Amino acid sequence: MIDGIVELLRGMGITLSHLFKKPVTYQYPEEKRPVRYRFKGRHELKRYDNGLEKCIGCSLCAAACPADAIFVEASENTDAERFSPGERYASTYEINMLRCIFCGFCEDACPTEAIVLEDKYELSFYDRASAIYTKEMLIVPVPEGGQDTPQITEPGMFDRSIPDMENPK
Amino acid sequence: MSDLVTIFVDGIELQVEQGATVVDASKRVDVDIPVFCHHPKLEPVGMCRMCLVEIGMPMRDRATGEPVLEEDGSPQINWGRGLQTGCTVRVADGMRVRTTTDVVDEARENVIEFLLTSHPLDCPICDKGGECPLQNLTMAHGLGESAFDFDSKMQNEKHVPLGELIFLDRERCIQCARCTRFQDEIADDPVIGFHNRGRALEIVTLSDPGFDSYWSGNTTDICPVGALTTADFRFGARPWELIPVASISPHGPEGANITMSTRQEAKSGGRVVIKRIMPRQNELVNEIWISDHTRFVHHFADAADRLTKPLIRKGGVLVETDWDTALTTVAEKLQAAGSSAAGLSGDRPSNEDLFAFQKLFRQGLKSHHIDLAASRIAGGDVTAQVGIASGSNLLDLGRGDVIVVVASDLHEEAPIWWLRVKQAAERGAQLVVLNVRPTRLDKFATHLVHYPVGEAVATVRQLLGAAQISDGASDQIGKIAEAIVGATNVVAFYGYEGLTYAETDVLAKSLANLLQVKNSDGHSHVGRVNNGLIAVWPHNNTQGAWDMGIHPALAPGYQSVDQPGRSAAEIYSGVQDGTVQTLFVMAADPVGDGLMNGRGLLDFLVVQELFLTETAKVADVVLPAQSWAERDGTFTNGERRVQRYYPAIQPVGESRPDWQIIEQIGHKMGLDKPHFAASLVFKKGIAAGVPQYSDMDYRSIAKVEKQYPDVGGEDLYYGGTSYENKHGLGQQWTSAAESGDVAMFTVPDVTPSAAGALPVIRTAALYTPGTLINRSDVLSPRMAQPTLHLHAADADRLSIATGDAVIVSVNGQSLQLSAHVNGAAPQGLALINGVSYAAGVLDAKIETA
Repeated sequence: MIDGIVELLRGMGITLSHLFKKPVTYQYPEEKRPVRYRFKGRHELKRYDNGLEKCIGCSLCAAACPADAIFVEASENTDAERFSPGERYASTYEINMLRCIFCGFCEDACPTEAIVLEDKYELSFYDRASAIYTKEMLIVPVPEGGQDTPQITEPGMFDRSIPDMENPK
Repeated sequence: MSDLVTIFVDGIELQVEQGATVVDASKRVDVDIPVFCHHPKLEPVGMCRMCLVEIGMPMRDRATGEPVLEEDGSPQINWGRGLQTGCTVRVADGMRVRTTTDVVDEARENVIEFLLTSHPLDCPICDKGGECPLQNLTMAHGLGESAFDFDSKMQNEKHVPLGELIFLDRERCIQCARCTRFQDEIADDPVIGFHNRGRALEIVTLSDPGFDSYWSGNTTDICPVGALTTADFRFGARPWELIPVASISPHGPEGANITMSTRQEAKSGGRVVIKRIMPRQNELVNEIWISDHTRFVHHFADAADRLTKPLIRKGGVLVETDWDTALTTVAEKLQAAGSSAAGLSGDRPSNEDLFAFQKLFRQGLKSHHIDLAASRIAGGDVTAQVGIASGSNLLDLGRGDVIVVVASDLHEEAPIWWLRVKQAAERGAQLVVLNVRPTRLDKFATHLVHYPVGEAVATVRQLLGAAQISDGASDQIGKIAEAIVGATNVVAFYGYEGLTYAETDVLAKSLANLLQVKNSDGHSHVGRVNNGLIAVWPHNNTQGAWDMGIHPALAPGYQSVDQPGRSAAEIYSGVQDGTVQTLFVMAADPVGDGLMNGRGLLDFLVVQELFLTETAKVADVVLPAQSWAERDGTFTNGERRVQRYYPAIQPVGESRPDWQIIEQIGHKMGLDKPHFAASLVFKKGIAAGVPQYSDMDYRSIAKVEKQYPDVGGEDLYYGGTSYENKHGLGQQWTSAAESGDVAMFTVPDVTPSAAGALPVIRTAALYTPGTLINRSDVLSPRMAQPTLHLHAADADRLSIATGDAVIVSVNGQSLQLSAHVNGAAPQGLALINGVSYAAGVLDAKIETA
């Protein structure tokens, strides 16, 4: 009988102690918890430091996508109007966020590390059409010191789409 | 079959004909020996070393010549000292081939590793990526790692235009020489070649303009890497994203089998568009090749200026209207005109369209006033009798056979036939070329006759006379006649170059009679497989138009009508003098072609078209039709092979199939309800109404069978990216001569068209500007320019030099041309090229501008 009361008090003590601890809940959306390092949120299309797009419009992300959420259409670069290194760039790049399952296969398939699942996760829409993220919505801002695309470039400077491979160590 | 030998491939016993290569023989039992440079249509060279295999032969005792046997009685095999290239070694009796041993695997790994040291591996942006033999074979036989230093990788130019149509990526080239060998051996246009050696080797073009060949697109198909790509498709889509749709070329009488690769595109506003045209294997028709004309002239289907809604003339201008108003108006006007209504059709629409068209007139209006709007060449009734027999294949012609080509430049008019005739000549067939001027076929001709201007008919008559007498005359005509009569098989092509319609009729009948001359064994050259007559029709379905009865005197199936209607010429004159009041024009532009002078005194003109042509501009009602890419149907090629094509893209605007529009008009006039599908028009209309087509339906035309060589299948490395035929080889209808003797034709007399001081003829060019080709921007630099070709002597006399601007007045039209003195024209004859059609020998006035 006494034992029972002791245990009861001990339990209530734990409850009481929590009243004085820092709460683990976050007051979302006023307060946001930073995401983990390997979190897979909304995609971003990356740029090189000079502002050129990393995406070369190869469509391998679309091929890898198990949900068929990505649509890519390529066009040809010229030195007078260059979007990305090499001959090919994505003139249309769309991800249907309603379809995306955030598996990250697109990241794995990308030969230039152009598409990265970043930390944005607030994806809600009033209609289906607005769930389609276009290239303008996905691409990151031009880094400092870089130039926006299309760029006028010197012939022969950027004729390779994929960074050269290194010898295996 | 004495020339079969028995070989063993990986223990599988098989019998193949002598002369086959080990690679091709192994393919028969589905043993794939990997190759890069080998192609079943090309001579083997053994350049890439990918096909290395172990080859052994049974040993024989040197002294006795007897086979040496093992203890168990099996022959002892001498495996030689090393590996041999399977593509260059021909099979021999008792040969053993091992393709899966460790030493073979190691050799393949080494070859792949070596090839990849100079390859950029930019597969993600390469147009071939996904259908690339190098990718596939690397996955199958590559090692995955390399002993070579990546820094030593060769870096070369990636964007080298070989002319306007084909681009070269020097890095990707693996130097297999398939492209240069194709151009040398098959296309006979040796305009590209190797330059330099080793890793600096590159493909260069030797012609101006670059890569000047009608076959250049085929090199991109057979390229085992992405080194050659077409300007038209470059970066258009990835191969796995494309939806293949089987189709038939809408250009030329050969009926080349094609596959349209389509994709829904944001660039095109979400429409499904044709991204590229690729060949589809049909060894009976086009093998695995298509001309660049077929490959690149497809943009008209997606053109922005296509008609999208019916138009009706209100207050003098054409305004958009709805279908019901347009159809009711047309039906009322046609019914009011009744049997005086006239109809003109082009020879491009499908059999279904043409059948519905003649039915509307013959049954709906009781009018026989229907004809082809632009008849260039007669003889559909002749080919129905003695046309090339069903089951024939030009690929089977060779030694002992004769091919006759009269009054046609096949290279410009029907490139696929040019290719096949040329190859037959190379296989040993005797080629007889009769023309008024030199053509590309002359080089392969055994007997070459350049007859004087206006004497095409006379020459063929002479030939016929010599054949009938067969007195062994030693003059050239006598020799030709002897060769033709004595040949195992004879196929005769006739065209219309420099001839009038009436002349081509005589030509067709004279040739038909020539083929019917019996040789000493009592055989004639009609009604037997690989024998007969072929008309070089101007368009894809001229044969079909004849079969469907688009003719004032011939109902479907060549049944003659009691009271023939007006011919096209009579309709045109009737339009001018007011005797023709109501005219229906389908898929033709007589005003634009200069055949009809405006709308004349017509009361009502209805035009059914893809575009607002000159004729449509003066019409009262314009009905928007669907192009061939938007619907299904059948075309009949010049060998009378009926072939199906399938819908690839969505209809443009509110356009409808031709047959449907016509049946809807007919329904409003009291004919049967429109059919639901083209297949039903074929089944219930054509198969029931055209005796020659009675044993056909969409299913029988779509039958396929295994074809050799086995190309275009899953294993891309073997034959390139031509598509496998899964949608039908077509069906040839039997000519009258096959089911019984046909009578000799009575050949009418004809006076050759009059010639002036310097006679002029119009010659065909594959890229002659026109409604369809003008919408393919990629070909615009190659378009045939309006040119006058003169012989040097004539040019001197007229004091005209190359490059001079001249004005040629022909039939009241004056043409602005640029003069060329380059040997294309014989003395005493001028050629005009790159201009719209003009029949016969023209009495033209040539002046310097």
